[in-house]
Amino acid sequence: MALTGRIHSTESFGTVDGPGIRFVVFFQGCPMRCLYCHNPDTWAASGGTEMTADTLLTLFERKREFYRNGGITATGGEPMAQLAFLTELFTKAKQRGIHTCLDTSGICYDPGHPEQAAPLLAVTDLVMLDIKHIDDERHKALTGQSNARILAFARRLSEEGTALWIRHVIVPGWTDDEEALLRLGRFLGGLRTLKALDCLPYHTMGKSKYEELGIPYPLGNTEALSPEDAAAARNTILRGIRQRLREEAGG
Amino acid sequence: MFKNFAPEWEGFTPGRWSNTSVNVRDFIHRNYTPYDGDESFLTGPTQATAKLWEQVMELSRQEREAGGVLDMDTKVISTITSHGPGYLDKDLEQIVGLQTDKPFKRSLQPFGGIRMAQQACKEYGYEVDPQVVEIFTKYRKTHNQGVFDAYTPEMKLARHAAILTGLPDAYGRGRIIGDYRRIALYGVDMLIEDKEHQKSTHFVRMTSKNIRLREELSEQIGALRDLKALGAIYGFDISRPAKNAREAVQWLYFGYLAAVKEQNGAAMSLGRTSTFLDIYIQRDLERGILTEEAAQELIDHFIMKLRLVRFARTPEYNALFSGDPTWVTESIGGVSVDGQHMVTKNSFRYLNTLNNLGTAPEPNMTVLWSTKLPRNFKRFCAKMSIKSSSIQYENDDLMRVTHGDDYAIACCVSSMRVGKEMQFFGARANLAKCLLYAINGGVDERLGLQVGPKYRPVEGEYLDYDDVMQKYDDMMEWLAGLYVNTLNVIHYMHDKYSYERLQMALHDRDVKRYFATGIAGLSVVADSLSAIKYAKVRCVRKDVEIKNRAGEVVDVAKNVVVDYEVEGDFPKYGNDDDRVDEIAVSIVRTFMDKIRKHHTYRDGVPTMSILTITSNVVYGKKTGNTPDGRKQGVPLAPGANPMHGRDTHGAVASLSSVSKLPFRHAQDGISNTFSIVPDALGKSTQVFVGDLDLERMAQEALHEEED
Repeated sequence: MALTGRIHSTESFGTVDGPGIRFVVFFQGCPMRCLYCHNPDTWAASGGTEMTADTLLTLFERKREFYRNGGITATGGEPMAQLAFLTELFTKAKQRGIHTCLDTSGICYDPGHPEQAAPLLAVTDLVMLDIKHIDDERHKALTGQSNARILAFARRLSEEGTALWIRHVIVPGWTDDEEALLRLGRFLGGLRTLKALDCLPYHTMGKSKYEELGIPYPLGNTEALSPEDAAAARNTILRGIRQRLREEAGG
Repeated sequence: MFKNFAPEWEGFTPGRWSNTSVNVRDFIHRNYTPYDGDESFLTGPTQATAKLWEQVMELSRQEREAGGVLDMDTKVISTITSHGPGYLDKDLEQIVGLQTDKPFKRSLQPFGGIRMAQQACKEYGYEVDPQVVEIFTKYRKTHNQGVFDAYTPEMKLARHAAILTGLPDAYGRGRIIGDYRRIALYGVDMLIEDKEHQKSTHFVRMTSKNIRLREELSEQIGALRDLKALGAIYGFDISRPAKNAREAVQWLYFGYLAAVKEQNGAAMSLGRTSTFLDIYIQRDLERGILTEEAAQELIDHFIMKLRLVRFARTPEYNALFSGDPTWVTESIGGVSVDGQHMVTKNSFRYLNTLNNLGTAPEPNMTVLWSTKLPRNFKRFCAKMSIKSSSIQYENDDLMRVTHGDDYAIACCVSSMRVGKEMQFFGARANLAKCLLYAINGGVDERLGLQVGPKYRPVEGEYLDYDDVMQKYDDMMEWLAGLYVNTLNVIHYMHDKYSYERLQMALHDRDVKRYFATGIAGLSVVADSLSAIKYAKVRCVRKDVEIKNRAGEVVDVAKNVVVDYEVEGDFPKYGNDDDRVDEIAVSIVRTFMDKIRKHHTYRDGVPTMSILTITSNVVYGKKTGNTPDGRKQGVPLAPGANPMHGRDTHGAVASLSSVSKLPFRHAQDGISNTFSIVPDALGKSTQVFVGDLDLERMAQEALHEEED
């Protein structure tokens, strides 16, 4: 019996989930409860369709022409919550020469058992890590979880030499204060494999899904952020990165 | 056949084009300069361009305010030489020539049908001169009259019920591209000489076929003489080849202008002119007699003229085509059969008119896209697409295999070798409606008419796939035969009463004629059959009174299926799901094979298109409830598109379904109308391309002050 994963859905034309055009696999189930999550329909670990890695890769292969400069992206939900299946999917993808990208919160990484993630990292070309908040207390308030595992995962990727893109959602009143952004930047400045930083302005497009699912929308009337404000936040983070780099270079 | 190397050709590399016969492709390939650079050489509009365009914008405003038409000719029947010269501003125009004596004044073209011309005028508050009406009703037969003289009652009924729709039986068929480049390269006299030669070397045994061709060649020669006269009206001697870039553009434009003066065709496309004209521009630039700014001005003024093309059309026509398109399609770029791309600086200049004159749907700039196009050109196309949303792309890698490297697009997707192939435009058959007829034994449940043959209808509460398929096959067999025969009548009469003499004069004598057909409603049919196969489709029946054409009830059809209830889910076309995509493929192949069985007028090579870009809305209005759950009146999906909202696995899956349709069986083109919000195409900024360089940042950080 082949290993199966619980898959929420697939998207054949992913353009914002890694380099190039990508086949995006949404994993079902997530331990985080981020207040601004726009995919609450992927939270429950029990839903989704059971699929094998071969089934997913067949879907990829038949459209491979389109993905020449792209690849496959695992997202969710939280893909690392199904570590064995995810590892199998990426292992088989690499065997077929497909670029693999993991979009994760890092929450399922266990620093106590670093060997568990080793086979996965060996077949992962790029990780897109979403750091929700650099301050642990604020992180708990925002996601219901500590950020300790996430930051540990980021350091691990840096040590392993795994390319890393950081995504950070700027939510007005939650993640846009200067001190936190600078601190985040100083943390990121210590990661040697950081290749990109994307600051996403908070949007309210997830609201309707909450209504459909009958879940109260946790951020209430928080307004969407302008792209300009997100760019400004990014500059603050870059400033933090530079501070850290300067300190390290200066001794 | 050409005795001398013409003095106007000095500086060009000779070849078959100058020694042997009319051969524009040979001329292009021996003389064009591929361009791999970027757009930085381009120039903006000159003062003259800006001023002229301002005038055009003002006229457009007046036209809108006047309700869509500014002025109409009601008396002078439009021919190549019917009008004196017309200008925007004679002193500023580098390229001259208007359809009538004034800009935005629509010409009177009654040869397709006098009633159509009258309706078009009446709609905008004009009246065709009674004498003209009398001539075209009493003394001179039109295409439209000819067609209706020959139509069978069955054809008229199918047309009335809109299972055959948009037929070019009352308007010009269009879709014929004259090789207007020939005029610039050879001048009209050499072309006349060539046509005389063609006539003198043709069979003289007087079969009706040979008589027709001899008459047509004489018509063509007459048109070329008139073309020369048109040049003279504007003060040019176009009997000789063009000697510089300005003349080349002007000569070429006179050819196109003559065509639109005589034909109000459903699509009056330009061809593939940009790389051809680049050869002249390049020669002038090298001789130092033209600047880049002046070259761009020539192209800007030429494109401006193409944007002025107007026809008198009826509201029904405009509803069918969602507006008043002229389909002045220009094919740009592409790759030659030996692998060299055909992008020149002039390919950039054409697209640059979207900067200099602003965006516009006409002329329909169509880039023949290949993976082998130079990177700089691809980038420029992408940039101009983002800016203007006015560029159409077509797959050169696919079409080059069939048509070589000197084909162009007529209308939106119909490919043909310029001057060597032409098309008999065939509108389309509504296959969704055909499915309903199959289920109801030829009864049109909406109209209460027995339109199709009275075959045994589907019985029982639930539709059975094999049963429906068998009956559908029979009904398609009937429809294909009726369709081809209807088109035979139309094209016979069009040739007879509204022959495109100038456009055909710019073709070889022995042209390949494509006999184009088309289908509408493919995705509705595929989804309906999928629903029948994979879900359960229950029939809702009622008795329907059958009327004759006079509206009298002559019969009652019992238990006609008027609606469908789908129980359960089924695979839908547009999700890269072979279970339903295979059905779509098989319908295309099956119907095309049925078309192929029939005799076609002038031995036209049958082709089929799946390309209703706008008329799908009108077709949907005329199509009842369908077994896929679509309700009566809901638009059919355009072209080969999946039904709206049913493709749920993203764009690539949707495109994959469409790409399975076999071009071999739909050679006249497969269209897929695709919109996407800009953000979904990727990050608009460069934030996210993975280019954060920490090492460089560390270096820089050392040298900068804390900010």
